[in-house]
Amino acid sequence: MNLGLTEMEWLALGLSLRASVLAVLFSLPLALFFGLLLARKSFPGHDLLNALLHLPLVLPPVVTGYLLLVLLGQNGLIGAPFRELFGLRIPFTTTAVVIACAVVSFPLMLRAIRQSAEAADRRLESAARSLGASELRVFAGVTLPLLTPGILTGTTLAFARAVGEFGATITLAANIPGRTQTLPLALYSVTQIPGSDAAAARLCLLSVLLAGAALLASEMISRHLVWKRRA
Amino acid sequence: MIEIRVFKRQGDFTLDLETVLPSTGVSGLIGPSGSGKSSLFALLAGHTVPDQGVIRIAGQTLFDSGRGINVPPARRGIGLVFQDGLLFPHMTVRRNLLFATPAQPGAFFGELVGTLKLGPLLDRRPGHLSGGERQRVAIGRALLAQPRLLLLDEPVSALDPALREEVLQLLEALRDRSGTPMIYIGHAPEEIRRLASFVVALKDGVVADVSHQPHPFGGGHNAQSRGLKLAV
Repeated sequence: MNLGLTEMEWLALGLSLRASVLAVLFSLPLALFFGLLLARKSFPGHDLLNALLHLPLVLPPVVTGYLLLVLLGQNGLIGAPFRELFGLRIPFTTTAVVIACAVVSFPLMLRAIRQSAEAADRRLESAARSLGASELRVFAGVTLPLLTPGILTGTTLAFARAVGEFGATITLAANIPGRTQTLPLALYSVTQIPGSDAAAARLCLLSVLLAGAALLASEMISRHLVWKRRA
Repeated sequence: MIEIRVFKRQGDFTLDLETVLPSTGVSGLIGPSGSGKSSLFALLAGHTVPDQGVIRIAGQTLFDSGRGINVPPARRGIGLVFQDGLLFPHMTVRRNLLFATPAQPGAFFGELVGTLKLGPLLDRRPGHLSGGERQRVAIGRALLAQPRLLLLDEPVSALDPALREEVLQLLEALRDRSGTPMIYIGHAPEEIRRLASFVVALKDGVVADVSHQPHPFGGGHNAQSRGLKLAV
């Protein structure tokens, strides 16, 4: 059963989904850490760190991809020791796709979590401690649930952004079918070939469906949360 | 006995006070805003640390700068009731109440639910409670942790008069039935006079006046002999 999709299109869809899910999973703990740090602590370099972490949001994705390529390439600051130690190459691999998606979508998740952390009443944590709760219980039982709306919104937005990632991916990972060719890259490829309007339409539809489903899911989850809180 | 001797400088404000409160009944802490009530609340709860001093409840040292003792908030055994309740919004009333002791909703739970009239509220969420109901749950939640001391920070000042009366009556009942000492922070003299047998007035960070008024109901001095034994 191929639902009218070619093998290349299935591969691109699968890769997009896998890379986006992995990117979001890797970003989440980091976004939680930095979101709480930025919302709650003041330290020298706070604003600089904030700007640095949000940079991928405003940089052209191609620039982000190029910087990553310089950093992770054969002779890069991270790439060179990585190759020495593990004999692995990062650019032009599926891992590179995940990294590009993660870096570009990270600020969206960070922002949502940080805003949630700023809005959460910290005295609720004090109340939990006064009831004898350990720090772990305070975090898991009070802090995390208070951040849930931000985590869900941030994750969905980041996922949708990762699915649509193009510039950083093509720069860091190139456009190799089956390995680094995600949905947007596949769409780009078919638009370069005359007479492939049907394929372009299919890929376009897939992208719209995927992004739409992510937004719909986030809307339903947040509505469910509000409903649960009111009930 | 609740022994408090604290010195703390915060910007222009200096809190410098020494007082001994009885270990039964309600002690009132009164004073205009800026007198140091909130600073003292934070020091007792362990949210801030005195520059110098000693805090001791019934022989248990919670803070002693000389001996380097500073018991963290989670192990102080001081129940807190804030002005606005601060119930956990993502939990039902029942889960809020049982936060400290999730495993064992024992007889004490039943007694407290009865006294504070929380039965019909147990499966509701804080978003669906009135201000007075929220404060009743907050008081119950703090007491269920079986604290050494219950610290109430203006618990009725956000409520309208009818609800305020309801919560004050329940606090009177708790005072007379439970052995848990309470410190009631407020700025309305009539509330304090009604509940407290011992009143400390603060002004500009120091103790301005101490008064002891034997309470017509005994102020909890014979707490254990009553029918209900709420907390220890």
